[in-house]
Amino acid sequence: MANSDVRLLGASASPYVNRAQIALNVKSIDYEFIAENLFAKSELLLKSNPVHKKVPVLIHGDKPICESLVIVQYIDEVFTNGPSILPSDPYERATARFWAAYLDDKWFPLIKELRTAQGEEAKASLIEKIVEGLVLLEEVFVKGGKGKAFFGGDSIGFLDLALGSFLGLLKVGEIIAEVKLLTETKTPELLGWAERFSSNDVVKGVILEPEKLIEILKSFQAARAKAAASN
Amino acid sequence: MGKVKVIGATTSLFCTRIEWALKLKGVEYEYIKEDLRNKSPLLLKYNPVHKKVPVLVHDDKAIPESLVILEYIDETWKEYPLLPQDPYERAMVRFWARFADDKRWSSSSFTQCVFGAWGACRAEGEEKEKAIQSAKESLALIENQINGKKFFGGEQIGFLDLVIGWMCRWLEVMEKVGGMKLLDPQRFPVLYEWAQNFMEVPVISECMPPREYLVNYFQASLSYLSSLSANKQ
Repeated sequence: MANSDVRLLGASASPYVNRAQIALNVKSIDYEFIAENLFAKSELLLKSNPVHKKVPVLIHGDKPICESLVIVQYIDEVFTNGPSILPSDPYERATARFWAAYLDDKWFPLIKELRTAQGEEAKASLIEKIVEGLVLLEEVFVKGGKGKAFFGGDSIGFLDLALGSFLGLLKVGEIIAEVKLLTETKTPELLGWAERFSSNDVVKGVILEPEKLIEILKSFQAARAKAAASN
Repeated sequence: MGKVKVIGATTSLFCTRIEWALKLKGVEYEYIKEDLRNKSPLLLKYNPVHKKVPVLVHDDKAIPESLVILEYIDETWKEYPLLPQDPYERAMVRFWARFADDKRWSSSSFTQCVFGAWGACRAEGEEKEKAIQSAKESLALIENQINGKKFFGGEQIGFLDLVIGWMCRWLEVMEKVGGMKLLDPQRFPVLYEWAQNFMEVPVISECMPPREYLVNYFQASLSYLSSLSANKQ
C-alpha cells in the first residue's frame, strides 16, 4: 500500500522524475506516484511548484520539494535507513555534485539537440561532443570507482542516478541518429556500468524502454503543435 | 588542516562568494588572481572541463563551480555553519540558490537572477523592457525568501545570503552600465534593507571590489559584445 505521506508528482518519461523514483527505491520508501499530464497540469502541481511548474515534485507530508537533484539530496538526508546516496567524504561529494551539474547544464542539452538536428554536419558535431562528455565520465568512473560496480561504489549513488536517468533518452538518441554513443572502443567501462545500472532492482521498471519513449516524445510533439496552432 | 587556494578574478561575483565563506569560517587561503582574457596553465589544469573561476584547491584537490565549492567549504569547516540543519530548509536553500544562478531558459519560467540582470543590461528596446520586467519578477520571488528575518539565513548570514550577495555591488553596476533600475527601494523595501544589513558585515564589504572598477570592466564588456554583434551584420 502506498504511503500517502510521500507523494511524487511526475511523468514516467522524464529522466528527472526517474531520479526521484530511483532514490526512493534505494531507501525502500513506499510512495504514491501521481502521474501528471504535462499539457494539462494539475492544480496540485501548479500550487506545489509555482516557480517552475515542472515535475518532479516530492511532497513529504505537506512540504513540496522541487528540482530533481534537490529532491534526491533531501531523500538522502531525511530517510537515513538504507544505503547512502551521496558519498560521505566531502571531496567525493563535491565531485559527484560537479559532474551531476555538468550533465544537466552541458551534456544532456546535446542529447536533446541531437533528436532534432538537421544535416550531417550538425549531427556529427553533436555526436562528437556527446561522446567527449561520455569519455570524461568514463575517466571519472575508472579513477574514482576503485574497481567497484557503480560510481557510488557497491551501491547506486548520486552520480549513478544523475547519469543513469538519462540512459533511456541516450538510447533514443542512438536509434534516431543511427549511431552508437556508448561504445566498446571509447567507453567500455560505462557500457558495463550501464548494463548493471539498468538491471539493478532499484532501477528496473523505472526508466522507460526507448520504443515507449519515442512514442511518448511523438505524442508530445503533436500536443505542442496542436497548442501552437490554436494560439 | 591543509593548504587552501582560491583561483579567482576580482570582477567575478562567483569568486567573491567563496572568499566570504572562507573568511566567515576563519579559513586562511591564498588568492591566485587569474587574467580571464589569458587563462593560466594552472586554471586549465584545475578546471579542464569549464576553464572558469572560481576553483578552490584544498591540499591539491581541485573543486570548481561556486555552489559545489560552497557546500564543500560548509562540510569541511564546521565553524559558522552556512546551510541550515533541517533537511527541508536545506532543500529550500538549494532550490533558491539554483534559481538565483540558473542559466537555463525555458518557456515556462523566466530568465533567472544573475543572468537575467546581465541580459537586461545587454538588451535594447522592447527586448530590454521585457528583460527588465522578468528580472524584477525574479527579485520579487527572492525577496519573499527573507520572510521577516534579518538575513536569508536568519539572525546570521547563511548560504543563500552569500549566493544572493552579488546584488549588493554587481547589481547597481549593471544598472548603471545598462541604464536601468532593478532594485528600486520603493518596490523592494525588504530586499533593499537586507542589502544594507549585508554590507554592514565587515567580512562582506571588505571583499567587495570597488564600484568604479566594476563599472569600467562591465562597460568594456558591453562595448566588446556590441562590437561583436555589429561585426556580424
